[in-house]
Amino acid sequence: MSTRLSEGGRLIDRSRKIAFRFDGKRLTGHPGDTLASALMANGQRIVGRSFKYHRPRGVVASGAEEPNALVNLGEGGRHEPNQRATTTELFEGLAATSQNRWPSLDFDIGEVNALIPRFLPAGFYYKTFIHPRPFWKHVFEPFIRHSAGLGRAPDPRTTDPDRYEHFYVHTDLVIAGGGIAGLQAALEAGRAGAKVLLCEQTAHWGGRAPVDGVEIDGAPAEAWIAAALAELEGMENVHLRLRTMVAGVYDHGYVIAYERVADHVAAPDAPRHRLWRIRAAQVVSATGAFERPLSFPGNDKPGVMLASAMRDYLVNWGVSPGDRTVVVTNNDDAYRTAIAIRKAGLDVPCIVDARDTADGPLPQEARALGIPVKTGMAIANVKGLRGVVAVQLCRQAGEGAVIEDVICEAVAMSGGWSPVVHLWSHCGGKLAWDAGGAFFRPDHEKPPTSHDGEGFVVCAGAADGALHASEVLGNAGAATGRALARLGLSAPGRVATASAPDEAALSPVWMMPQGAGPKKRAKMWLDFQNDVKVSDVQLAAREGYESVEHTKRYTTLGMATDQGKLSNINGLAVLADALGAPIPQVGTTTFRPPFTPISMGAIAGEARGAVFQPIRRTPIQDWHERNGAAWEPVGHWRRPYCFPRDGETKRDAVNREILATRTSVGLLDASTLGKILVKGADAGRFMDMLYTNMMSTLKPGRCRYGLMCSENGFLMDDGVVARLDDETFLVHTTTGGADRIHAHMEDWLQCEWWDWKVYTANVTEQWAQVAVVGPNARKVLEKLGGDIDLSKEALPFMAWAEGRIGGFDARVFRISFSGELSFEVAVPASQGRAFWDALLDAGAEFGITPYGTEALHVMRAEKGFIMIGDETDGTVIPQDLGLDWAISKKKDDYLGKRAQERAHMTDPARWKLVGLETLDGSVLPDGAYAIAEGVNDNAQRNTQGRVTSTYWSPTLEKGIAMGLVLNGPDRMGEVLEFNTTRKAARGEDAPTVKARIVSPVFYDAQGEKQDV
Amino acid sequence: MSDLARSALPGAEAGGIVSVREMGLQGMVTLRADLSVAAKALKKVTGAAMPEVRGMTEGEGTRVAWMSPDELLILCDHSAAGEMARGLTEALKGQHHLAVDVSDARAMFSLTGEAGALRDVLAKVTPADLAALAPGEMRRTRLQQVAAALWFESGTEARVVCFRSVAQYVFDLLALSAKDGGAVGYH
Amino acid sequence: MLTLTCPYCGVAACETELSPGGEAHLKRFGPGSSDDDFEAYLFLRPNVKGVHFERWRHAMGCGKWFLAARDTATLEVFGTYSAQTTEPPPGIVEAIRAKRPDWSPT
Repeated sequence: MSTRLSEGGRLIDRSRKIAFRFDGKRLTGHPGDTLASALMANGQRIVGRSFKYHRPRGVVASGAEEPNALVNLGEGGRHEPNQRATTTELFEGLAATSQNRWPSLDFDIGEVNALIPRFLPAGFYYKTFIHPRPFWKHVFEPFIRHSAGLGRAPDPRTTDPDRYEHFYVHTDLVIAGGGIAGLQAALEAGRAGAKVLLCEQTAHWGGRAPVDGVEIDGAPAEAWIAAALAELEGMENVHLRLRTMVAGVYDHGYVIAYERVADHVAAPDAPRHRLWRIRAAQVVSATGAFERPLSFPGNDKPGVMLASAMRDYLVNWGVSPGDRTVVVTNNDDAYRTAIAIRKAGLDVPCIVDARDTADGPLPQEARALGIPVKTGMAIANVKGLRGVVAVQLCRQAGEGAVIEDVICEAVAMSGGWSPVVHLWSHCGGKLAWDAGGAFFRPDHEKPPTSHDGEGFVVCAGAADGALHASEVLGNAGAATGRALARLGLSAPGRVATASAPDEAALSPVWMMPQGAGPKKRAKMWLDFQNDVKVSDVQLAAREGYESVEHTKRYTTLGMATDQGKLSNINGLAVLADALGAPIPQVGTTTFRPPFTPISMGAIAGEARGAVFQPIRRTPIQDWHERNGAAWEPVGHWRRPYCFPRDGETKRDAVNREILATRTSVGLLDASTLGKILVKGADAGRFMDMLYTNMMSTLKPGRCRYGLMCSENGFLMDDGVVARLDDETFLVHTTTGGADRIHAHMEDWLQCEWWDWKVYTANVTEQWAQVAVVGPNARKVLEKLGGDIDLSKEALPFMAWAEGRIGGFDARVFRISFSGELSFEVAVPASQGRAFWDALLDAGAEFGITPYGTEALHVMRAEKGFIMIGDETDGTVIPQDLGLDWAISKKKDDYLGKRAQERAHMTDPARWKLVGLETLDGSVLPDGAYAIAEGVNDNAQRNTQGRVTSTYWSPTLEKGIAMGLVLNGPDRMGEVLEFNTTRKAARGEDAPTVKARIVSPVFYDAQGEKQDV
Repeated sequence: MSDLARSALPGAEAGGIVSVREMGLQGMVTLRADLSVAAKALKKVTGAAMPEVRGMTEGEGTRVAWMSPDELLILCDHSAAGEMARGLTEALKGQHHLAVDVSDARAMFSLTGEAGALRDVLAKVTPADLAALAPGEMRRTRLQQVAAALWFESGTEARVVCFRSVAQYVFDLLALSAKDGGAVGYH
Repeated sequence: MLTLTCPYCGVAACETELSPGGEAHLKRFGPGSSDDDFEAYLFLRPNVKGVHFERWRHAMGCGKWFLAARDTATLEVFGTYSAQTTEPPPGIVEAIRAKRPDWSPT
């Protein structure tokens, strides 16, 4: 049973207590505790259950690498699953629940899985749930989904009450890790004058050195750390950041860091997380090393911990793992744990050392404290169901015959250390196998490279494989020197000297005992969270999985939320052994960012609610909002779809708006239409290249409709061009098209015809534009007064004029997208709202009716006008739409002309635009296909056309549609059958609807109404 | 028509670790021309010298900002912009150019506060290197999802210009970044 | 995430301020060209692993298109230059050769 000791704990404030809850139980801890240390101090040994077998699990580590102690943290909107108790700082009111257990942590039904692990070997799902196929969807998957998963997903009805943000930083050097190596690197770089950002993921500086009793320059590490911090805080060019984890290193020195600004506060005023988006010239990874577990039978039972973690809990938080702790190791470092336990007044029944000799200073000190050291020995079994009660010892060299039982409550294990090379590897740094230390270390010859082809990451201290204290600072100083040299700076070289007792070499131990049989191997855990055992990896190897990447996916080794921080090297070594290949040849899996999971909130940053996405607003948007507009997103604009009045459906409103416009006068906010100025001596020539028709002949004062195609020949935009003067054209684009078409113009001007004298300017937002439409449109405008003659004679159809309408500065375009008498009036955006209000006033006597995009769509369809995005989909050319009249035959060239001459484009079998009218007057389904005889190779019905636009026409009181149909224009009057459901397309019985091919112009075919 | 004219967000203000304010109607003229030969005309009409790359110059009640190798943005009184555009067109007669009043196409914001907080707030929304942004230099960049230009008017004031249609987004973005409790303490 | 320096305004722009435009130095084939030439102009791209010339627009900046010489595998940037060129300028070719002696402009 773990408990709090009466003294000790360098990080906790024993004078104050903090109340928190775990699975509803009220517990207390101290400021400075992590949730893990507080749970252990309260004797909570089981903190979670494993993914596959629901095995009871306790805390195994003390930091980011923890695989077991995952909890549901917080409640309601702040609920978050899979939070590591070891990195969660305790705060008043913290509420956590355990995961993956039912009905309770101590008694779990799913634990039955653990009794039959031989039925759930690696790849079990792949092998078992293949046949019969329908069973997967209806039987297997629901079962697996029910039993799988760790934490509980947040309740979708809740909203996260916290805020998040991004923060962009440019710096010379990012240092990841605030242990003594990171501090030394910061000192060197800071003194050299570099701009430094030093990030430490925990709430404390100094890392492991104070726990391990390291001395620096002859004094305890803590004194040096305090002095280093004081010096760094005094440097203008150095910025220190706690609770900030460097999560990923990317191309060209892009670095992501994750700051947990307010995770340690119950209801913060500050943003909860901040995502640092850093551009660093150089990265120093001072990320330390992870201790490796040992693979012995029962190594996953609560009470078995990493030796270093146990030391952390003793020294940092004053927590004892139990009265009697057996230490099992293959190296000298773990002896520190035995010594620390004994010095805390607790018992170490023995140290089990797999090596044949252990005579270094640390083993000597342990023996001097009276701790028995059993060399050449191993653990054959761990006894206890809910936690350790004893271990059975055997010879490491043998098969596991038990020599003796040792009563204990805890086991401290150490299989050696692996440098944390994640940040080195994220962007392509290569690794080299260090046989002496049995770990991968950065290969200095093959660093990740930046924009200049030079390396931009260095590893410092333990992360570089300098595991012994005496090497750490020298290594960090040298690494920083290399990074500074790449910045053109020279390191001052004032590196401190750390010292600690010498350590003898470790002896690699990948399986304990080395000759263990199948039964024992099936109880040796590699990946605690995903329940992957030595036997699973060996099975994968037997079944032919030779690649480490394949084995990982087959067994799920290292695929849990901890991403194999503890299991990677051990699993790899087991695979290499099973394949009979050397470890470096088998290689390691890819390290991918983030280093530990980061919150979705941090990734989204501020982008939620009102600022989730920019919504572009016209100068008249306020009016639309206040008058109950129903909305339609168009690009980033939000345009009124219609303006329903009390009790009206949207369809009612649309019909009312159309009839009012056709019979009297309607008003449309057309400000979103793109407006681009094209000016210069070569403007006409350029316009002729942009448009399929001839624009250079357009006279000043006149307007012309035109089509724009991509170089592929496909129709990309349409609109009306007005010629302002000899040198200047005003191009109107579709609402979504302004930026795209402006970019398209600049592309050709800058990259192909750069000697042409043409300038463009996107003036879309300079103008508010209002379409005044309907038989009474002229009367409304004339009522406002002004100096523009709006008569048919002075301002005929397709002409434009500039002057004043009422008191407003205006350009008036006599263009129509509805078939009615129509004036599109542009006024400066600042006057837009006042102009709209003036029109409403002036039009009141005519029942002037604002209309939305749906009325616009219906009216244009009644007239047979195409709409970019409805009749076009990126594969349609103007010729398909019967727009040959808008394609100049006289021009040698225009964008898309050559493409339109390709064989496929001139194929007479291309579907062409026609009107469609259902025989029963109903509205055709949008996108419906016209069915043809026979089926294709996929047994789907053949088709001969499809619907591109379809509406109820209140003007004609029937459904109208446009569509592309095989030989359509030659088949006027013919009746086609359209599918109404997907069934019909599959050839199954389903209702179809009959429609007749007609002209696409349904209303006022002669165009008399617009030309008055 | 100035009595009827309204800026994008008249009177919009927000407080916090820095203050954000929409600046009302602002005259702006876009000039596109060969900048190597337009200096004389520019000086004549605006009183300002040709700015260096990314630079800004002052004239008589005007300011000229470098937008691209063949584009300037002239800031002036809102009521003077139309005349200024016509004046430039006149002064550059015979020379390939485009001068147009774009006063209403944009919105302008002022951010004021302590120097460090000001940079912290901006660093939440732009990838531009603010430390490299010298006074009198304009940086065209993005504010999260939209294009914008920004410069430091003084140590304690920054200006932001964006398109009119996204003024509300930019204002909300800046106000959120400036919210109390959001101090970063980096700059 | 790349950083490319815009040769026009001198800003070291983050990739999020730029928009990509595909391969550079394409020769346009218009009306009168053969089907093969036109197909090659419009569709056929070598997709090289190694030195590559490409188009970028400083979209969230000065708005200008520029060209970049870059290694598609290592992301090393040899230089950025004006879009108003039909082939890589000598300075860029030299910079590439200094780093990739085996490379030759074809």
